[in-house]
Amino acid sequence: MFSIRSVSKTYPNTTIALQNISADIAPGEFVALLGPSGCGKSTLLRLLAGLDTPSEGTIAWDNAGRPRPGDIGFVFQDATLLPWADAADNVYLPLRLRGEGRPDAAGRVQAALAQVGLTEFTHARPKTLSGGMKMRVSIARALVSDPQLLLMDEPFAALDEFTRHRLQDDLHALWRRSGKTIVFVTHSIYEAAYLASRILVMSPRPGCIAADIRAAIPETANRRASPEYANLIAQITDTFRRIMPA
Amino acid sequence: MNRTLERLAPFAFGGIALSLWQGLVWVLGIPSYVLPGPIDIAKAYFDDFTVLNQALLSTLTVTLAALFAATLIGVALAVAMAASRLFRAAIQPWAVILQVTPIVAIAPLIIIWVNQPFIALVVCATIVAFFPILSNTAAGLAATPPELLDLFRLNGATRWQILVLLSLPSALPNFLTGLRISGTLALVGAVVAEFVAGSGGFASGLAYRIIEASYRLEIPRMFAALFLLGVSGIVIYAALGLLEGILLRKRNAA
Repeated sequence: MFSIRSVSKTYPNTTIALQNISADIAPGEFVALLGPSGCGKSTLLRLLAGLDTPSEGTIAWDNAGRPRPGDIGFVFQDATLLPWADAADNVYLPLRLRGEGRPDAAGRVQAALAQVGLTEFTHARPKTLSGGMKMRVSIARALVSDPQLLLMDEPFAALDEFTRHRLQDDLHALWRRSGKTIVFVTHSIYEAAYLASRILVMSPRPGCIAADIRAAIPETANRRASPEYANLIAQITDTFRRIMPA
Repeated sequence: MNRTLERLAPFAFGGIALSLWQGLVWVLGIPSYVLPGPIDIAKAYFDDFTVLNQALLSTLTVTLAALFAATLIGVALAVAMAASRLFRAAIQPWAVILQVTPIVAIAPLIIIWVNQPFIALVVCATIVAFFPILSNTAAGLAATPPELLDLFRLNGATRWQILVLLSLPSALPNFLTGLRISGTLALVGAVVAEFVAGSGGFASGLAYRIIEASYRLEIPRMFAALFLLGVSGIVIYAALGLLEGILLRKRNAA
C-alpha cells in the first residue's frame, strides 16, 4: 500500500514528534499504532493523511501515487459531525464536497449507513444520537467514498466499554469483509491486540517504532477468550516493559 | 401552570407598578407637567395618535435599515478578517476605534457630510450597531472546529465550500447573538442620531417628538413617545430571539 521511509517530524518549537520512522504497509493489513500519549502516533496518522508534511523522509505510495480526495477515509477521536445536518447529510458530505449530486449519491449514502447498522437513523440529528451511534455515523462518512485506506485516530477512546466492544466487533468484521487497509491509532493494548493483524509499538520522546508484532488470533466466535489473544497481550505488555523502564 | 405564571409575571408586575404610579400621582396631587400618571400618558398618546405613530414608523425604518446595513457590513468584514490575517490586523483597531467613539460626537459631522437626512441617520445608527455583529461573527468563524476543517481539506474542499458549508453555519449561533445585541443598539443609534439632527429640521422620528414635547412642556406626550421607544426595543429583541429559535431549531431539537 505505502512505505514510510525514514520519516521525522520536528515542530517549530524544536519538539521532535517523530524520529526516523520506517515501515512498509501492505494492502489489506489492519495496522494498530500502539503507544502511550506523546509517542507521535497521531502525528504519524496525520502525515499519512496528508494533513501535515514530514520534516524529513518520505511516504511513498504504491502504483497509484499520492492519494486523491476520497482515497482515504479518516475517523477522528470525536465523531465531528455537522450538528445542523442529519445522519444521511453528514455521510453525504465527502461526496458533496467532490461535487456529486444528492440523487446520485443517495444509494451509496444508504449503503454506508447500512454497513454500520444505522439504516433506521437516516434522518436523525447528531444531538439525538448516542455517543456510539455518532461514531457509527462518523465511520459511515469515512466509508462512503469506498476508500482503500481507512485512518482512525483513537475513535473508540471516548466510548463506554460495552459500546466499545460492539464497535470493535463490527469494525473487525468490516475489515474481514471488505479487505480494506486500516491504520488504527490507540493507546489500549487490548484494543490493538483484538483488532489488528499487525501492531506497531511506539515509544515516546522522541516518537519511534520500538517493535513490530504480527498478530494471529484465530477467527473464532469468541476471540476475546482465546489463549492466542491472552498471549498476544502478554507479549505486548512485555515489549512495553522492555522499552519503557520505570 | 408554572410556565403560564412565568409568562404572565412581567405583565402582572407592569400592571401593579402602573397602578402604584397612578395611585401616587392621585394621592400626592402631582401636576402632570412634573410627573403625569399612566392614564394621562395614554390620553396623550391617543390624542396625538397619528403624529406619534408616524414618528414611530420613521424611527423604526431608520432602525431596520441600519440593522440591515450593520448585518451586511459586520458579516462581510468578519468573513474577510477570517480569510486574511493581514486584513484582520489592518481593520481590527479601526473597528474598535469606531466602536468606542461616542456616536453623539460623530453624528454632527455625519449629518453635515451626508446631505440626505434619512441616509445620515442610518449611517449613524449603523456605526453604533455593526460592532457586536462583527465581533461575534468573527469569534464564531475563528472557532470553526479544527477537526472538521481537517475533514473538509481531506476531501479536497475549496475555500468557498469550507466557508459556505462549514464556517458560516458553525458561526450562525454567534452571529445571532450579535444580531440580537445589534438590534437594540440600532434603535439606540437611531434615536441618538435623531436627537442630534433634531434641530436640523428634517427629523420626524420619536426623538424629535420628545425634544419638541419637552420644549412645549407637554410632559405626558414625552412619556408617550418614551413608552413607544421602550415597546419597540422589547419587540425588536423578542423578534430576533424568535428568529434565533427558528434558525437553530434544526440543530437543537430532536
